[in-house]
Amino acid sequence: MDWPALALSLKLGAATILILLPLGIVLGRWLAFTRFKGKGIAEAALALPLVLPPTVIGYYLLVAFGAASPLGQTYQAAFGHTLVFTFEGLLIASVIVNLPFAVQPMQRAFEAIAPEVREAAAVSGMKPWRVLTKIDLPLAWPGIVTGLILAFAHTLGEFGVVLMVGGSIPNETRTISIAIYDRMQAFDDHAAGIMSALLLIMSVLALGVTYALSNKAMRRHG
Amino acid sequence: MDEGLRVSLHQDATIPLDVEISCAPGEVLALSGPSGGGKSTILRAIAGLYTPQKGQVRSKGAIWFDSASGLNLPAHKRSAGLVFQNYALFPHLDALGNVIAAMDHLAPEERTQRAQNLLEMMHLSGLERRRPAQLSGGQQQRVALARAMARDPDVLLLDEPFSAVDKVTRTTLYDELRALRAIFRIPIIFVTHDLDEAAQLADRLCLIHKGRVLESGAPSLILTRPHSEAAARLVGLKNLFKGKIAALDGAELVLESGGGQLRAQRRDGFNPGDAIAWAIPSTHIVLDDAPPDGQSAQANTLRAIVDAVTPLGETVLVSILTEGPQPRRLTVTLPVHDATLRRCQTGARVTAHLPTHAIHLMQPG
Repeated sequence: MDWPALALSLKLGAATILILLPLGIVLGRWLAFTRFKGKGIAEAALALPLVLPPTVIGYYLLVAFGAASPLGQTYQAAFGHTLVFTFEGLLIASVIVNLPFAVQPMQRAFEAIAPEVREAAAVSGMKPWRVLTKIDLPLAWPGIVTGLILAFAHTLGEFGVVLMVGGSIPNETRTISIAIYDRMQAFDDHAAGIMSALLLIMSVLALGVTYALSNKAMRRHG
Repeated sequence: MDEGLRVSLHQDATIPLDVEISCAPGEVLALSGPSGGGKSTILRAIAGLYTPQKGQVRSKGAIWFDSASGLNLPAHKRSAGLVFQNYALFPHLDALGNVIAAMDHLAPEERTQRAQNLLEMMHLSGLERRRPAQLSGGQQQRVALARAMARDPDVLLLDEPFSAVDKVTRTTLYDELRALRAIFRIPIIFVTHDLDEAAQLADRLCLIHKGRVLESGAPSLILTRPHSEAAARLVGLKNLFKGKIAALDGAELVLESGGGQLRAQRRDGFNPGDAIAWAIPSTHIVLDDAPPDGQSAQANTLRAIVDAVTPLGETVLVSILTEGPQPRRLTVTLPVHDATLRRCQTGARVTAHLPTHAIHLMQPG
């Protein structure tokens, strides 16, 4: 059992959803309540990580993080090292890959709020910020939590992108899914089995909570 | 002094609008007319939920919207209370929470007491902790009214507020609205497609058709004596016909209609040769079962045959067909005992007398 790998995966998952929480709320709410030209394209771009092979995403992220790219150069100038094969690079990759997992449930949850209810809030004298905290978030929270759980579970299991962008540096970028692969390569079936079972349990738990929440949300809106 | 609400809205696209409306403090104005005529859009434009192309909205002298200067206050900055057709209560908050949610302008410690007072006024004491899903339609409606009043609005707007509740509940809600009106001296505008409701509640009725004010005035006048034929059609006036002024005769005038002549009271603006529309309320036609004896029939008396008799509870709707080259159908409303007395049965011969004062002349079209 590779405890540091599990700890790293949990840390990556936590950091990812910490960033995705505000980002997902802002993006999900924007997509739910705003009509604009090219919205379909924006939504398609956001969903891209769902259909692209992880290696392809990993390849483009490597190119973007590399010393030859503006992003890579800027980051190196600011922090003295590249993003590639670092935890920070892994985190950025993880946030991008998990955007659809977090944003889509949040967007659906915001969309499920009846437009008149939000209009009633405005007519009741609530400023936009109050509408967010008093109406939108309380009504959409099952969707928000669902998005975070999905993103967290998916981060734990992500393999291709992590391997491409992070490599397999112990304590830095070797996550539990990479560790499982490592153990299998080393014919350590026992360790791979334990870690796989652990991921299986966590995934089942995550999905269980997610479905329970969406049922709750359906009861409320139905 | 410019204390009330003044609204002028103009646009030609999507939802055509061309209206000028005002409502004084304490006045109840009903906007009525066919669906899709723009009534709800007018309310939304006042509340700040819809931006028309051109126009101005002023309340108590303050400008909320002015297309000329580009001013357009967002809904939360306009002091308007709006009751939505389906209430649009906040589903996750209880009745008290719904009302308190509209009290951001008050100090937090004042809110609960004020909200409780409002709920009490709406006869909702004891239901403070119930969520909307646990309240009946009428109770939800009252919470919506209490919430609309919670921000101490300068204007109260109601969008078909009584359409989703049963008749008995509706009658008690009418009382709530009357009570509110007695306490808060603000302009109240409500949209309704029910003209009887407008007549019961409103001081003034605006008939809105295709985004325009077709007619505006006391509901009883518009419902019985509209100025135009179009308005007469909208209010469902029965016994509506076209005709022509044939001559003036002292205090009366002679009109030609359907191949015969009728006498009506003279009115300014109607001259010989003018095409007109005329109507007579179904309650004002006098039916008699004895046929007139030959030539001595008085003016405006027509022979007819009863075509159909429909009992309507306290009254009976009698449809008669007049005799002559161009028979026409008249609808007469009679009290039940009168219909029995006059033996109004299908096929019976009757005479119908149209009193000159009851014939109402209108502009055609």
